[in-house]
Amino acid sequence: MLRYALKRLLSLILSLAVASLVIFLVVEVAPGDPASFMLGVNAQPDTIAALRAELGLDQGKLARYLSWAAGMLSGDFGTSYTYRTPVAGMIADRLWVSLPLALYALTLSTLIAFPAGIYAAARRGKPGDLAVMGATQLGVAMPNFWFAMMLVLIFAINLRWFGAGGFPGWDTGLWAGLHALTLPAIALALPQAAILTRVMRSALLDILGEDFMRTARAKGLSRRQALWRHGVRNALIPVLTIIGLQFSFLLAGAIIIEQVFYLPGLGRLVFQAISSRDLIVVESVVMLLVFAVITVNFLVDLAYALVDPRLRSRT
Amino acid sequence: MTRNLILGGLLSSLMLLAAAASFLWTPFDHAAMNIPAKLQTPNAQHWLGTDHFGRDLLSMIMVGARTSIAVALVAVGIGMGAGVPLGLAAAARKGSWLDEGIMRGNDLVFAFPSLVIAILITAVLGAGAVNAIIAIGIFNIPVFARITRGAALSLWEREFILAARVAGKGAARISAEHILPNVMNLLIVQGTIQFSLGILAEAGLSYVGLGAQPPTPSWGRMLADAQTMVSFAPHLALVPGLAIILTVLGLNLLGDGLRDHLDPKLRVARA
Repeated sequence: MLRYALKRLLSLILSLAVASLVIFLVVEVAPGDPASFMLGVNAQPDTIAALRAELGLDQGKLARYLSWAAGMLSGDFGTSYTYRTPVAGMIADRLWVSLPLALYALTLSTLIAFPAGIYAAARRGKPGDLAVMGATQLGVAMPNFWFAMMLVLIFAINLRWFGAGGFPGWDTGLWAGLHALTLPAIALALPQAAILTRVMRSALLDILGEDFMRTARAKGLSRRQALWRHGVRNALIPVLTIIGLQFSFLLAGAIIIEQVFYLPGLGRLVFQAISSRDLIVVESVVMLLVFAVITVNFLVDLAYALVDPRLRSRT
Repeated sequence: MTRNLILGGLLSSLMLLAAAASFLWTPFDHAAMNIPAKLQTPNAQHWLGTDHFGRDLLSMIMVGARTSIAVALVAVGIGMGAGVPLGLAAAARKGSWLDEGIMRGNDLVFAFPSLVIAILITAVLGAGAVNAIIAIGIFNIPVFARITRGAALSLWEREFILAARVAGKGAARISAEHILPNVMNLLIVQGTIQFSLGILAEAGLSYVGLGAQPPTPSWGRMLADAQTMVSFAPHLALVPGLAIILTVLGLNLLGDGLRDHLDPKLRVARA
């Protein structure tokens, strides 16, 4: 197990290193010099040169990459070109919106998908199953930002149960914060719930065909008892994997939903940074999201190997 | 499940037809503004209503279908064009540095949140349909590489491949003449699914302003325009939204139906 974990850790580090290099290079080819962008068209060449030196833009590409990467390792993401404040602080502020939003959506998606998937599997081929599967087809086909607009139309504009957007901040209380994040979380959760329902259903159906399920029935358990006691528990392994993967997806996928609801999260930070050529902020946010995905994948792999020893021998 | 195949086929061909027909005919000029006729709900003259400039929504949807289909189709083409040869090469040299390199490269692309990178690419290269195609297409490459490799690996173990090797054929020829035709079904099914994902991705990028630029009509941008008017003109958001949902739904059903139709074994496995 230790050997497997070390091997996976090595590949994790390698992936992160390559990813950071790719992100740095992609952003490097971006047209437009941040210094001249910040100072405007009438700036004197020597003022631009001075600012470039101040921002460290006059150094070579390799030196800049190394100082950026080394800084990130110690939690220093550099200083925003536009706001002149530490990027780490800006990201931390925004994470307080994006992270709870992703967790909220993940909770909702799980709460919807578990009962729906179990229900559909238990009624395989019957009208209830067909209805659930039809609903998941719709859920997968729906762009989440369109669904968000419909939620705003119904629950914010017509029924006035929620605000149409914005975020009051957590200092106004937990309830006010959660209330503001409810519609965005539903919009974000629904397509994920559709996918998770399908995974839950098909994992359960696979299990239902196993010998131990027949044994459970033979020893006198009812269909329902066997399903709950042996079926659901065994189906959890693939389902938990998907939940793990969905978390990082939700964090990144919130970008568009944040635009719909004017939420001050990571997504809006990226868009603002892109339009003001604040490249260091763009690089850092993207790197953070990639880090989240790669790390979650790593943890899922590790958890999997812990549960199923057969996986350790495979690479 | 031929029902999926039929319904999916119908919905998908409806959109293809609408897009194809728009080259020859649309009810109105999709770009022609007619302010006195603005914000009409669906009626006899404007079947799907008009937008805030009085433009005919049906005409815009028809021309917008061209953008969606073109972007998604070329993105699938990029994914197949690069991904399939990579997958075939990896399978032919299983376990070699080539295989290892291709698969690790794939893992890396998978690790990037696709939407974030698509936004990054369009932000760096500039917003526009072509850059949206590139951004979506890059993420299709590992999908096709992985699925091709997986299917090809099991084929390489089969006897008819052994026969071909005995006959003196090289790995490249075997891949092209024997492996590729046998993974084609799988690729068609996956292509349909990636096509529908591409349409969703294009809509998302256009919605945030990074996809097709005006005056090219696009479903995602129609939604972005509708957002501020959704309280008094909900049909502006409903019409393009339904167009996206029906197209994606149609393609997904088509993919499911094709999978069942082309490979009955999978029907049991996937249940």
